[in-house]
Amino acid sequence: MNSFARLVMREIRLAWTGGGLWLPVIFYLAVATLYPFVTGPDKVLLAKTGGGILWIAALLSTLLPIERLILPDRQAGVLDQLAIRGWSDELVAAVKITGQLVAFAIPLLLASIIASALIGLPEEKLMTLLLGLAVALPALSGLSVTISALTAGLNGASALGGLLLIPLAIPILIFGAGTLSDVPGNAMQLLAATSIAIAALSPFAAGAALRAGRV
Amino acid sequence: MTSRQAYAPSLRLENVTVIRGNRLVFNNLNLSVAAGELLWVRGANGCGKSTLFRVIAGLLGAFTGKVHADGKLALADENLALDPNLTVGAALHFWAQMDGATLADCDAALAAMDLLSLADIPVRYLSTGQRKRAAIARVLASGSAIWLLDEPYNGLDSASSAHLDKAILSHIAKGGIVLLAAHQSPSINVSDSLILDAKGRSV
Repeated sequence: MNSFARLVMREIRLAWTGGGLWLPVIFYLAVATLYPFVTGPDKVLLAKTGGGILWIAALLSTLLPIERLILPDRQAGVLDQLAIRGWSDELVAAVKITGQLVAFAIPLLLASIIASALIGLPEEKLMTLLLGLAVALPALSGLSVTISALTAGLNGASALGGLLLIPLAIPILIFGAGTLSDVPGNAMQLLAATSIAIAALSPFAAGAALRAGRV
Repeated sequence: MTSRQAYAPSLRLENVTVIRGNRLVFNNLNLSVAAGELLWVRGANGCGKSTLFRVIAGLLGAFTGKVHADGKLALADENLALDPNLTVGAALHFWAQMDGATLADCDAALAAMDLLSLADIPVRYLSTGQRKRAAIARVLASGSAIWLLDEPYNGLDSASSAHLDKAILSHIAKGGIVLLAAHQSPSINVSDSLILDAKGRSV
């Protein structure tokens, strides 16, 4: 196993053992459980709006682990040790993004199947939802690591992270929810293009934030 | 461990000036350490010993001047950098693998710091002194030629200090370089000492 894979495996292990994985998934499922109580048992309404709610829940659930993605490693000196070994901050950010993506993607997609059943999403929309989330997850992982790097160590990092993440994720949300509309147009292609752009830029933005935060 | 050194390391600082915030930490600091030397870096609290190590390690940039480090660096400072939920052995093995070291190197480092009996204990259960020894073991296992040890004796009892002394002496005997930041004089002979004062000067 090379060093990059070893570090990614460490990120996955930390996500699974540190509670940073199950909390977002439980939150995601909780939203899906509660939403029908708000709208009532109107299957047509649930099928029409439920997909959008799941997209919002997926976006917000990526916010929950923000405080544990960077700060513990910075405080423990792990980021310094990697820098001494010649790892660029951008590469470390790429490790974190990859780890977050791998750790978070499968549980979220599995949870989406349950959430869709809870909301009563039609089967064809479930497949579109799963595809859309799979396409968007690299961007959401990139954004969460970037925001985590920007806010690590700041007071109220979670709240600040939300304020920063939500506007940046709006294109993902628009195109993601658009894929579930009755007239999706090119929403999936636009979602993929946006996700690729954000995922490609995130290591550089997060790396710059890691460097700026080193004291 | 140090037997993996393939050549004589060296460390040289040329006119290094470091400014942090509005404070001049060092002004035109020059330093040269050759293979097999132990440099004791001393000075009052806040004089910049840790900053000097972070500049040498490349974690902080110098305002002017250059750092020439010919050899792999390893830093042990107040940050342990070992996963608290892993056992001491597994946490050290992780970094040893990152450094291209073997399990045998890792065990040798644990033995050198008298940590073999704690190898199966999670890092989070270690005492302050044991944590310090684990951090030093990480440096030993790295196979690095240049050791930057920031207050390594803090929290160590006399037996642990003796283990550290032995490891340092062994490293410099094999041609390694050790920079040691400490308030009190080490019990081993130092090749040279650098005294930093509060006005950014080396004395």
